[in-house]
Amino acid sequence: MAGKLKIGWFSFTCCEDSTIIFTELLNTYYPLWKDKLEFIHARILRKDDTGELKDMDIAFVEGAISSDSQEKKLKRIRDKSKILVAIGSCAVLGSPANQRNFFSSQQLEEIKPILEKFKYKEKVLKLSEVIKVDDNVPGCPMNENIFLTIMKKYLVINKLTSLASDGLK
Amino acid sequence: MHNIDIDFDINLEEISKIEGAASLDIKVRKGVIEDLKFTISEWKRFYTIAIQGKPVTSIPPLVARICGTCSNAHLLACIEAVEKALEIEPSAQTMLLRKLLYYGLIIRDHALHLYIFALPDLFGKNSILDFDNENKEQHDLLEDTFSVKEVGNRLSIVVGGKSVHAPLPTIGGFLKLPDLKDMKDILSRLMEIRPKILKLMDLFARDPSDFEISGPVTFCGLSSSDFSFLEGSIKTSDGKMIEEKDLGRHLDAQIIPYSQARGFKFDGNLLMVGALARLNNDKEHLHRKTKASSEQYLSKFPSNNLFHNNLAQAIEILHAIDSSYELISNLTQIIPEAPIKKQPQETIGVGMIEAPRGSLYYKLEVTAQGIVKKGDIVVPTGQNQVIMERAIYELVDSLIKKNSTQELIVNEIEKLIRAFDPCMSCAAHFLKVKWK
Repeated sequence: MAGKLKIGWFSFTCCEDSTIIFTELLNTYYPLWKDKLEFIHARILRKDDTGELKDMDIAFVEGAISSDSQEKKLKRIRDKSKILVAIGSCAVLGSPANQRNFFSSQQLEEIKPILEKFKYKEKVLKLSEVIKVDDNVPGCPMNENIFLTIMKKYLVINKLTSLASDGLK
Repeated sequence: MHNIDIDFDINLEEISKIEGAASLDIKVRKGVIEDLKFTISEWKRFYTIAIQGKPVTSIPPLVARICGTCSNAHLLACIEAVEKALEIEPSAQTMLLRKLLYYGLIIRDHALHLYIFALPDLFGKNSILDFDNENKEQHDLLEDTFSVKEVGNRLSIVVGGKSVHAPLPTIGGFLKLPDLKDMKDILSRLMEIRPKILKLMDLFARDPSDFEISGPVTFCGLSSSDFSFLEGSIKTSDGKMIEEKDLGRHLDAQIIPYSQARGFKFDGNLLMVGALARLNNDKEHLHRKTKASSEQYLSKFPSNNLFHNNLAQAIEILHAIDSSYELISNLTQIIPEAPIKKQPQETIGVGMIEAPRGSLYYKLEVTAQGIVKKGDIVVPTGQNQVIMERAIYELVDSLIKKNSTQELIVNEIEKLIRAFDPCMSCAAHFLKVKWK
């Protein structure tokens, strides 16, 4: 890592409450972060012109995995990111997005046509059931203090890496 | 002259700067739209099934998780449905505090849409974060973005405990009452952001974007004497007044086979809900200070220009500021009140409020043991889905006839979709459909 931290923010199956908390944290922290973070992917903040996934230092991922297409995309995000942080309860634990995993047979029968038509996975998965997760920010929505601690940790690591890199020049 | 040889495909996999996931596919051959599909691509979490069999008192905080953006709208609409089912009449103080919580949401949510999603389009920028710090107007608008959102956020936190999934509002009242001093402290901050909203209204009033849809449109929303978003009867643009419990008789569910959400028409007409509908139908009930400060803009309503939804939202932020200021200023004490509780009975409860994006309807069937037997939820973006797709079709058709470039067509489509301020997380909660 060197220079600005390249950040991606992604949402899968969830209510996107942590995205809202993140945009609210920007109210306070944007002046502090604007010279330290580069938002490579963040659908809520900007349009991706290329549609291609770029290399990221950190991918923040909220939501659980409901389909094979989501699983495939999550794996691509993992491949493109040095650090992947699971954001919020649905990403960390699967809940409440995974409530259909606990449905009765009668309830499952009722939703079966939709599951089949749109090719849902049999079970909703938390992120760690699909890929390696480096850090977790639990909470529904995410715990702001844990998020800020993790962000600070990686900003410090990035700064030290940059200093070390400069020293080698 | 219209170029009839034009062939192209537009495939927008993930439309940006909206809440949730939606996609759009358009096929044009020889200058004619052969196919157009606006798809809500959120994956369902099946809330209306999940609530079955659960105690009705546990439902409001669960359904708040349908949407992170307008979670407090789901919370309050569901609480109203449960209170109607249990025949609980909330106290005047409870209603006042709910209104304040809600005005915080309106300020925060409309500000998110207008500053972060819609404003970059007015300046030809990709993102609000790309605004030029050396340009005073753009620098100030970036600062306004954060300060306005922060005040709305703060108001919701002080009253509800959190701005997202507020833990304190409950059936029959509040689990913990807010501190009067904390509320009074917000007064000066409300006044600080007021001039910023006057500026924002002016910006959107000067936006030359103008698009009207052909065919009859019914604008629909709750009307109340204080424009509180939480109370009143349903008013339509053709002058009908409808009780909340009777809404279902007028809504025609439209199955959209390729979308994860259902659409709606209203008595056969295209239906539009949200800020534009509210301003079209009910502007006389805005706060008197809001009306005085926005007189020149209010004359634009009623309007069929779909882009005026942005201006309507800016006016509603001002109304939320003025109404909150007056309510808090007049508060002299917080009366210690415990939430009202009642024994369950076999019944049906209907709750309806105006979510930021339009009417949000809850219907809960409850057993004598207080267990949810069945639930139905109709969300604003579902109600707007049919008109949104029709508007996109007509917009693309008109742009093709003007020989517009594909790049321009895509930009104009995205601007139009953003003007609706759709919320896909809400739209795709559950539907029971027999697929052909």
